[in-house]
Amino acid sequence: MSYFSDIYNGIKTLLTGMSVTGKYFLNARKGTITQQYPENRETLKMFERFRGEVVMPHDTQNEHRCTGCQKCEIACPNGSIEIIWDRAIDPETGKKKKKIDKHIYHLAMCTMCSLCIEACPTDAIVWAQNFENSVYDRSQLTKVLNKPGSVVKAGIED
Amino acid sequence: MKTLSITKTIHDFIFGILPEGVASFVEWILIAVVYLTFFAIAGLLLVYMERKIAAFFQLRMGPNRVGPAGLFQTIADALKLVTKELTITDKADKFLFNLAPYFVIVAALVALSVLPFSKEFHAFDINIGVFFLIAVSSIGVIGILLGGWASNNKYALIGAMRSGLQTISYELSVGLSILTMVLLSGSLQVSKIIEAQQEGGWFILQGHIPAVIAFMIFMIAGTAETNRAPFDMVEAESELGAGFHTEYSGMKFAYFFLAEFINMFIIAAIAVTIFFGGYLSPFGITEALPWLGVFWFLLKVLVIIFLMMWFRWTFPRLRVDQLLTLEWKYLLPLNLMNIVFMAVMIWLNWTF
Repeated sequence: MSYFSDIYNGIKTLLTGMSVTGKYFLNARKGTITQQYPENRETLKMFERFRGEVVMPHDTQNEHRCTGCQKCEIACPNGSIEIIWDRAIDPETGKKKKKIDKHIYHLAMCTMCSLCIEACPTDAIVWAQNFENSVYDRSQLTKVLNKPGSVVKAGIED
Repeated sequence: MKTLSITKTIHDFIFGILPEGVASFVEWILIAVVYLTFFAIAGLLLVYMERKIAAFFQLRMGPNRVGPAGLFQTIADALKLVTKELTITDKADKFLFNLAPYFVIVAALVALSVLPFSKEFHAFDINIGVFFLIAVSSIGVIGILLGGWASNNKYALIGAMRSGLQTISYELSVGLSILTMVLLSGSLQVSKIIEAQQEGGWFILQGHIPAVIAFMIFMIAGTAETNRAPFDMVEAESELGAGFHTEYSGMKFAYFFLAEFINMFIIAAIAVTIFFGGYLSPFGITEALPWLGVFWFLLKVLVIIFLMMWFRWTFPRLRVDQLLTLEWKYLLPLNLMNIVFMAVMIWLNWTF
């Protein structure tokens, strides 16, 4: 007589399912997981691991941590990073030392693979969490990451 | 002939100023216009309701940009569909391809005419009402079969064939579960069925256990007949693209889409009429105000439609073999047993 118990179990499991979704329906008002995007622009905070674009943090003295080692440029699979570098005389030791002139980053080509950031030995470049990257002109997506007049922080290479 | 009795006053007014032949013609057109308007508005509102309720079941917000709480979203969608190009496949059977949506929509409209919205608002009260309703509501499947075949598309054809199989199987259960209730009412005429419920309470109470079983079977089979999830193999997105209406675009697609929702309305309305007393108010609380019947009728229909939407957003889709097993091994034998059970109940006077 498994025929009737099958029917009973069938109806019971269907009702179980319906009670689950019914609870969702009743809690729809306060349980909504949707965020209203353009409205919540002010308060929207992207989570830490989100890969928006590569940036180079600078401190208050306009110092960055990039030594110009070009490891990120080598690590980048599609050449999104170009480093224009130069040698300058270090005033303390009097020796010639490598320094970056421009750290150029092509956001339009970047695939957000994060290899450059993993390759960086001094944590000079990190991910930013911004996501509104649309612009009207493609050339605006080529960014110079080091700010004008910035220098490398002392003691990074040691 | 008391077949056309929407409102006595309009009827008398038209017959007062026009000769009889012209007057009845004008009246037909008026009724058609009223029903078409209802058809369009109900379709749009049901699509809105479906999307909103689906959103709530999935903890989303649903349409909320066009108009207050997204109320005009479906109107905007309809306008978009009107402006779209009507495409057609190369080797499609053009005549049948264009004819198919009208089959579906006309079948839905004709079925709508038999439903009593209130005591007065009832276009076509024939003595074989329920029988007529079952017969007409299964014409729609011809439109689906034609559309699927004429599209010259394999997915559409498979979808249409599945629809045929499904409707033929489940038509039986719908018919038999209605028949169970006809045993109780003793008449096929829709107005008589409702009168019988006015005297002895709603049929779901009068018939108690067999009526509840019949109602459950009717809801399952009715959901299957409208091709809605969990019985939506006809247009299973993950398997067939869009099923029988894969090749339809613009307004012709919209006709199929609207007809699907009107069919849902019709199934819910039949359930309300034969199980929940149609336009009667619960415990006769508004007996003195008969025009409130429309309100009660629509309220009950919306509750049943909500139940069907609840099914849709809860249950996963069946396989074709599971679908046939459910119908032929479970619903049909249960239904036949239930009819005998109901007959015995009535014979022994165990109904309320």
